[in-house]
Amino acid sequence: MPQFTDLLFYALAGLTLLFGFLTVLNPLSRNPVTSAMFLVLTIMSMAGLFVLLHAFFLAAVQVLVYAGAVMVVFLFVIMLLDLKEDERRHFNKIAVGLGGLSALAIAGTLVASIVKTVPVATGAGRLAEGETKALGRLLFESHLLPFEILSVLLLVATVGAILITKKDLR
Amino acid sequence: MTPGLHHYLIVSALLFSLGLLGVVARRNLFVIFMGLELMLNAANLALVAFSRYHNNLNGQVMVFFIITVAAAEVAVGLALLVALYRKRQTAHVEDLTSLKL
Repeated sequence: MPQFTDLLFYALAGLTLLFGFLTVLNPLSRNPVTSAMFLVLTIMSMAGLFVLLHAFFLAAVQVLVYAGAVMVVFLFVIMLLDLKEDERRHFNKIAVGLGGLSALAIAGTLVASIVKTVPVATGAGRLAEGETKALGRLLFESHLLPFEILSVLLLVATVGAILITKKDLR
Repeated sequence: MTPGLHHYLIVSALLFSLGLLGVVARRNLFVIFMGLELMLNAANLALVAFSRYHNNLNGQVMVFFIITVAAAEVAVGLALLVALYRKRQTAHVEDLTSLKL
């Protein structure tokens, strides 16, 4: 009798891969907006996988930052630039064939090496305090400096994005 | 079968190859960019799975940092795409061949 969470894993993993495939090679639509929508769905199902892995905080961050902020910026830019003529182009058959071949080769190599080595899964024990609390403690105690550097990086990215998109750059 | 570490790693590997497929096979710069995001997410999934099954939260901290850096990367990358579109009126790699001999 399989447990409910096991079934949930298979469902979410299948959905993640299906939506991921529809993001990159949707047979029905070449519109980048459709791709972006399917990427949102991929990210949502990945957040479900994070919950199954007891990474609750990261699941929330994934939904808020990725599906919320990043994808909104994506859609905003795609809709701002009028990309109508793109839909008339067809897939490049050679590129799809060779790309599919190389992606299959990489996937085969990775999966074969993972199956062959069978990583030691030392049963996932429970942490003493809640996962989110422990994560926050770790983030603000032993990883405080990278955290602060990251805030500077975000500032630099903001200034850089504004500067790059300025009309008359002097 | 109860999903273990290698199940998550296989999902991550397949997701990574899907992202690679998007980068290699598509010609639209936005979709190529989404393929990159997919590859970053695949790495995140592997890191979270490792951190869960080895009982070490450092992997989750790493994922948190990766998500933040990815957000910054998207902002700058899309700004570059907007600047490019303003100059060339295209977001298609086949039209960007001025470096070709």
